[in-house]
Amino acid sequence: MSDFSELRKEVSSWINANWDANLDLITWRKKLADSGWGAPDWPREDFGMGLSPEESSVIEEEFSKKGVIGAAQSGVRLLAAVTILEHGTREQKDRYLKPILTGEENWCQLFSEPGSGSDLAGATTRADLIGDEWIINGQKVWNTSAHHADFGLLVARTNWDVPKHEGISYFIIDMRQEGVEVRQLKQMNGHASFNEVFFTDARVSREDILGAEGRGWQVAMTTLAYERRSFDRARRVSSDMAGDASIYREYEMELEKANEPYKWYPQRAGRGDLVLETAIETRAIENAAIRQEIARFHVLNESAKWTAARAKAAQKAGQPQGPEGSLGKLAASRVAQSAARVHTSIMGNGALLTGEGSLKDGVLAEVLVSTPAISIAGGTDEIQKNIIAERVLGLPKEPRFDSGPFRDVQKNADKNST
Amino acid sequence: MEYLFTNEQTQFRESLQNFFRKHSPTSEVRRLMETQLGFDREVWGNACRSLGLSGIAIPEKYGGSGFGPVELSIVCEEMGRSLYCAPFLGSVICAGSAINLSSANEETKEQYLSQIASGEIIAALAVTENKPLWRDENFVTAATPIDKNTFQLTGEKNYVISANAADVILVITNLEERATLFAVERDAEGLNVSDLSVMDPTRKMSACSFNKTPAQCLGSIDLETLCSHVLIYLSNEMIGGAQQLLDSAIDYTKLRFQFGRSIASFQAIKHRLADLLLELELAKSACYQAAQALADNEKIQERSSLAKSAANEAFLKAGLECIQLHGGIGFTWENDTHLWFKRAKSSEVLLGNSAMHYERLLLAIPTVDSALRRAS
Repeated sequence: MSDFSELRKEVSSWINANWDANLDLITWRKKLADSGWGAPDWPREDFGMGLSPEESSVIEEEFSKKGVIGAAQSGVRLLAAVTILEHGTREQKDRYLKPILTGEENWCQLFSEPGSGSDLAGATTRADLIGDEWIINGQKVWNTSAHHADFGLLVARTNWDVPKHEGISYFIIDMRQEGVEVRQLKQMNGHASFNEVFFTDARVSREDILGAEGRGWQVAMTTLAYERRSFDRARRVSSDMAGDASIYREYEMELEKANEPYKWYPQRAGRGDLVLETAIETRAIENAAIRQEIARFHVLNESAKWTAARAKAAQKAGQPQGPEGSLGKLAASRVAQSAARVHTSIMGNGALLTGEGSLKDGVLAEVLVSTPAISIAGGTDEIQKNIIAERVLGLPKEPRFDSGPFRDVQKNADKNST
Repeated sequence: MEYLFTNEQTQFRESLQNFFRKHSPTSEVRRLMETQLGFDREVWGNACRSLGLSGIAIPEKYGGSGFGPVELSIVCEEMGRSLYCAPFLGSVICAGSAINLSSANEETKEQYLSQIASGEIIAALAVTENKPLWRDENFVTAATPIDKNTFQLTGEKNYVISANAADVILVITNLEERATLFAVERDAEGLNVSDLSVMDPTRKMSACSFNKTPAQCLGSIDLETLCSHVLIYLSNEMIGGAQQLLDSAIDYTKLRFQFGRSIASFQAIKHRLADLLLELELAKSACYQAAQALADNEKIQERSSLAKSAANEAFLKAGLECIQLHGGIGFTWENDTHLWFKRAKSSEVLLGNSAMHYERLLLAIPTVDSALRRAS
């Protein structure tokens, strides 16, 4: 395999000639975007260099080695970018991609609705073309960062007389307008990582449809396919780059803002890493019954790690995905919920308390009230099991009741009529 | 392996599958389980010669093929899947590992291992007395010296796998407070082997009693290590059986129609099968990782107990689910599910149930061990 030494030399000499820590963040990023080094795996005509993902990560490495700040890609911005790159018009690319790279404009995703969660294609937020504008009415929910977004990726229904997947269109909506109301949604663990968004005659100009009318489902698939990857990436970006120049402080603030909604995610995953040490510190380890629970958790946790490693190794070796590749999400649910159980046993009366004065500075209390989210977020366990059963085990699909025109499909039961 | 099987290992697995498909259909398993011997000497001889099965674990210098623990685990997994009836676990895994891990001299090792490798002799390993885990504090069988290497054994060993077919019985008991390996010839004076009425008839076991029975001392042995080795192979055998049960449940639910549709299209069924797949894949990871730990000789106590408890839970769950998903037919003698269910049950308790292994694996973690020492 190549060590990309030519590429390293090239990026290095560009950095030496252009990097200037005394610039402000936006000015530096504009320069970066124009050069193509900010998004090297994007096409040449769209602020990129048309390089492979491997080459791209080599460039990322060189940037971080030299303490050079890269393009602003974290969070929903990257979802917007990949979707626009794949489905956008020339005008849309010219308008939206550069401020994504510079970080000047923030984005949010507007997919889920109170009435369509697992069944995303059942969206009932409507978009009606009146004159040269789409008029939007309805409600979205679970929208991360919508409260400081400039633009939204919106899925709305444009045709009610065709089957549900065919009546959806995909829009770019300006969030800074009358008719768009964003309310933060407080969760049971006290954090507020999401929002509800209400649309009352909100407007989208005719050219801000992404993809063709009625083809929104296919466009949404692009966004969803990248969703997992981009969040992994968002968390990988760390603020270990440091320097005295104010550009680094700007960068840190940007990261802090981007990572704010995700700061309880490690607790959501169960903090299995704290099980043994807490058991030893609290001397719960001396209780044989609790030891049984701890060991049972340990077996599950280690097995889940190795299963993920098997899946990753197979993917890396280019082997066809085995069953282990589809099980990660379901395994993560099981691990998190078992961790919460065993933490509770170890904590004893300590589990009655919450906040910084409680065990492990409140981290364990937060585990107990955060783990219920893991079997819901990003596809419920039940949907995961359907997918595994149908795609991995080859079991037949259930009969459907929603294949006709969407207008006739039964929606959430109307409380007044029952 | 490091998380993935090589192409050679996958091809090896396929050749094993072909052999077992041909020689160990359930009709054959059912025939053999009703016999006193419990296996077909001709097929076993063929497996030893053409596949080299009996020599697979045995180092090349002793006439074996010297494959590693990963390949050997593949053999166990495929045998478990097909319920192939043979003295493999008893002779090759248990007895072979005991000789290999003992302090016996090279000449003695060569003598026994080459014969086990060629399939010329079948050996059995007699360790268990009352408790499932192999711990020397549990032994009461006495070894009395006659001359330098010859002893007389008096006592009883139980649950000895394949002793009914063995030419030599290897016995582990204490000598001067050290676990020690002895060899007893099948026709030795004072040896009585009586077949047990076992729940899993595909794995024959016997009780062996010794009354001033002459025995040759082969050397000392570390029981904990031997136990870890056998556990890892047993666990890999178990996940093969669990895979077979999952496959069988899937095949059946797809074909079974009720209420005008295949029952596999109901979420109530799908979700159970998806859960079972998860359980199985998790256990596979634990077992494959344990085989790799054996190859690297690293953390084998923790990994072996982890693998055994994971395999216990997965195999038993697979057995119960497979019966449930078959409905009434799954509870009949005619249906094959009970063959694997009984293997699952007997494997679950063989060498320790999950509760014992939960404790054993935690004690293998240094921080836990030292915390418990401080407490006591």
